[in-house]
Amino acid sequence: MTEVTTVDHVVIRFAGDSGDGMQLTGDRFTHDTAVAGNDFSTLPNFPAEIRAPAGTVAGVSSFQLHFADFDIRTPGDRPDVLVAMNPAALKANLADLPRGGLIIADTADFTPRNLAKVGYASDPLTDGSLSDYQVHALDLSGQATAAVAALGLGRKEAGRTKNMYALGLLDWLYHRPIESTIEFLERKFAKVPEIRDANIAALKAGHAFGETTEVFANRYKVAPAPAPSGTYRQISGNRALSYGLMAGAAKAGLQLFLGAYPITPASDILHHLAAAKEAGVLTFQAEDEIAAVGAALGASFAGRLGVTATSGPGLALKMETIGLAVMLELPLVICDIQRAGPATGMPTKTEQADLTQALFGRHGEAPLPVIAAQSPGDCFAAAFEAVKIAIDYRTPVILLSDGYLANGAEPWQVPDLSVLPAIDPAFATELNRPDGEFWPYLRDEKLARAWAIPGTEGLEHRIGGIEKADGTGAVSYDPANHEFMVNLRQQKVDGIQAVVPPVQVDDPSGRAKVLVLGWGSTYGPISAAARRVRGSGRDVATAHLRHLNPLPANLGDVLRSYERVIVPEMNLGQLSMVLRAKYLVDVYPYTRVRGLPISLSELAADLTEIIDYQEGLE
Amino acid sequence: MTTTDPAAQGLAGVPLSLTPLNRKDFTSDQEVRWCPGCGDYAVLATFQGLMPTLGIKRENTVIVSGIGCSSRFPYYVDSYGMHSIHGRAPAIATGVAMTRPDLAVWVVTGDGDALSIGGNHLIHALRRNVNITIMLFNNRIYGLTKGQYSPTSEQGKVTKSTPAGSVDRPFNPLSLALGAEATFVARTVDSHRAHLTEVLTAAISHRGAAIVEIYQNCPIFNDGAFDTLKGADGGLIPLRHGEPITFGPDNSRGVVRNADGTLGIAEVAEVGLANVVVHDAHADDPGFAFALSRLTDTAGLATSPIGILRDVDRPTYDDLARAQLTVHADADERLAQLQGMIAGADTWTV
Repeated sequence: MTEVTTVDHVVIRFAGDSGDGMQLTGDRFTHDTAVAGNDFSTLPNFPAEIRAPAGTVAGVSSFQLHFADFDIRTPGDRPDVLVAMNPAALKANLADLPRGGLIIADTADFTPRNLAKVGYASDPLTDGSLSDYQVHALDLSGQATAAVAALGLGRKEAGRTKNMYALGLLDWLYHRPIESTIEFLERKFAKVPEIRDANIAALKAGHAFGETTEVFANRYKVAPAPAPSGTYRQISGNRALSYGLMAGAAKAGLQLFLGAYPITPASDILHHLAAAKEAGVLTFQAEDEIAAVGAALGASFAGRLGVTATSGPGLALKMETIGLAVMLELPLVICDIQRAGPATGMPTKTEQADLTQALFGRHGEAPLPVIAAQSPGDCFAAAFEAVKIAIDYRTPVILLSDGYLANGAEPWQVPDLSVLPAIDPAFATELNRPDGEFWPYLRDEKLARAWAIPGTEGLEHRIGGIEKADGTGAVSYDPANHEFMVNLRQQKVDGIQAVVPPVQVDDPSGRAKVLVLGWGSTYGPISAAARRVRGSGRDVATAHLRHLNPLPANLGDVLRSYERVIVPEMNLGQLSMVLRAKYLVDVYPYTRVRGLPISLSELAADLTEIIDYQEGLE
Repeated sequence: MTTTDPAAQGLAGVPLSLTPLNRKDFTSDQEVRWCPGCGDYAVLATFQGLMPTLGIKRENTVIVSGIGCSSRFPYYVDSYGMHSIHGRAPAIATGVAMTRPDLAVWVVTGDGDALSIGGNHLIHALRRNVNITIMLFNNRIYGLTKGQYSPTSEQGKVTKSTPAGSVDRPFNPLSLALGAEATFVARTVDSHRAHLTEVLTAAISHRGAAIVEIYQNCPIFNDGAFDTLKGADGGLIPLRHGEPITFGPDNSRGVVRNADGTLGIAEVAEVGLANVVVHDAHADDPGFAFALSRLTDTAGLATSPIGILRDVDRPTYDDLARAQLTVHADADERLAQLQGMIAGADTWTV
């Protein structure tokens, strides 16, 4: 008899060959988990190669899901359960599994040839080398094939349903309802009924196998996590970011124009927006990164919301045009979905090493606002804010996300668009000088210039990359004017601090001596690590930056009010450098550049050590 | 000279001016700062003269330029304009044209801007057939940077950057454009005002990407670059759709088809007018126009066709892209629709 154990959180990793459908399996388990009401966070991890050699460690694709009965912040460091569809998947992931962890392996692929391919001299499922783990070696492929035998599929296609069989089994093991996945399969394969029926049959068979077999001594329950009432969906960072851009454009009453060139991990933004034609979104797959941002700037000049989306290498190519946008003072949103660099680096792996490129990577004095999203769902709000600032201040804005946020998913409360703030493009429509002239560089109290769009009678004007005379915008080589304009553009961007909320410090006891300050996607690991540290009775304060330029007005005071400031980043200390330069505060960089999110357990252990040392100083 | 099918006019969608405009309406208050004797003056004057004849609203004209002497052009025309960055004007203009079918969009560029640093954008704008009109000022030299050889300079050009003579072969800009299957390809000369007017008017009236190469004299760094072509005995070969292609003194020379299929030049008296090739600007295949473009010898410029080499109708990129969109006219409906879209199909309620 299977016993039901209640646990508060579980981390499952599905791993298989790139062609085994592990991303889809993980994605569906996530949906089934969402329906069960748990909080969750996901981490897809896949090779850059589209079809890496089958059965090799390099070709392993995995999907990790962390779900819980409480509010969680990360996809988890180490899985409790590893689903390995072949020997390569076991080999690539076993080191991450703690002793005692559960392994569910598909024996069908554990052939002598496949074992040899990844360097196993004997079958680890039977040779006793996994005795420290709970191993369930099951012929998932064979059982799936048998389950769909009556449907008359070819052997190959029947075998491909093994991922749905595994999903059904895991759904049973963790009490997930399978109805939403059945509905999904009905939609996805509506046009190929035999594939649809086979996948549904395999899913049900996997579930039924769990129900009838006595292989599993334990079955687990994870209670729903409390959440504010509302309508929720699962969302990835790139999707949320795309929707945030669309919401911003809609609230401004402007058509959204995306110029983009395909690049990992930003391409999904192009895909999501290209699929939004019924919302009037115009997308342009350009010949290169430079044309992508150029066309976006052209669209902004024409009175639309110009946006471009890229990753680090593409951002480098766009920089000259972004400098022009700084000079033209036109709205433009540049989304940089960071990946591990430099050069091609590791395109499918995450990093935060474009911060200094975003802040300083242009020729000349070319300040612009920089905003970073902190979680997949937060990409929506960050994108919306980027749009609002770009339009309100007539400035290019760089929005930073990264591969972890882009592909990771979490539950997301669908926002009510009607309550989002309005955005007013405030196009100039009339002459703005008492002498009956129109000056395109006449400014409002925010220092935002007049934005007159082509087609507006009487406001014809020329803008360009050559230095502008203050006010008129005419070409000027006057030294004093140049210095004035350089300062004015800086003041305008600095002035955005007026709409940057003060940084909020989370210091529950009020006694912390150590502050951990992060930005971007380190939010999850930092807040989860802080929770663990506090759980051990220690005090730690945390704060997180959305605005990297301009920084919140109270940041200097906050930094100076702690004895020790730690800044975890997935780079070699870029924010630390900025903070040291700007505030003369001796912040400590905590850096990891492994292409993966910072490990919460490692961070928690290191913070514990730092806090104990700091407490011991007195 | 023929123009395109009236149903596919390049300026369809651009609002018409309610009052007649004149040259002064297209003249800005900026002092023109090209060198004395620069061919750009003639092009600017011609442009300011032809714009009022189009009948469109001044404020619905946009000129986007890159970098170089000729790219100062937008500052001198009283309409909307952007002096952008080196080589990128076709890309920026693509964004303008895609989002605003109510604008007449011009691109001003030069041989270095369009064919060197901006070569990629040029060929892709032409390939896509974006509804823009490109004026390529070709003076076969870098003027603004003071006299380096350009991608259209003849081989062996001695300049400050090539003191021993340049060794690379030049582009034939129109062969390049035709290789990209541009739908409107023409050439004209700065000093031939009537021809310039006629060709530019036909170009802006073409729906799709139009490129006009303008032979433009740089009196400072490459003076007389086109002198071999100009004058009554020169080698300019005027093209007129439907007419035999003859040129030279008393139209004594003509274009004939060689045995190998290429085009060549012969004395009309020797071959007979019946054997002179009749120009067909509307040939569907770009091969004929390409063969015409090869009559320009890029070394000595002994001969070169002027006029419209190719003018064919193709759907434009921007028209097709816009046709894929469906947009609710009502803002509330648009927001409601977006609300549904972001919720998606898989939601749950807490």
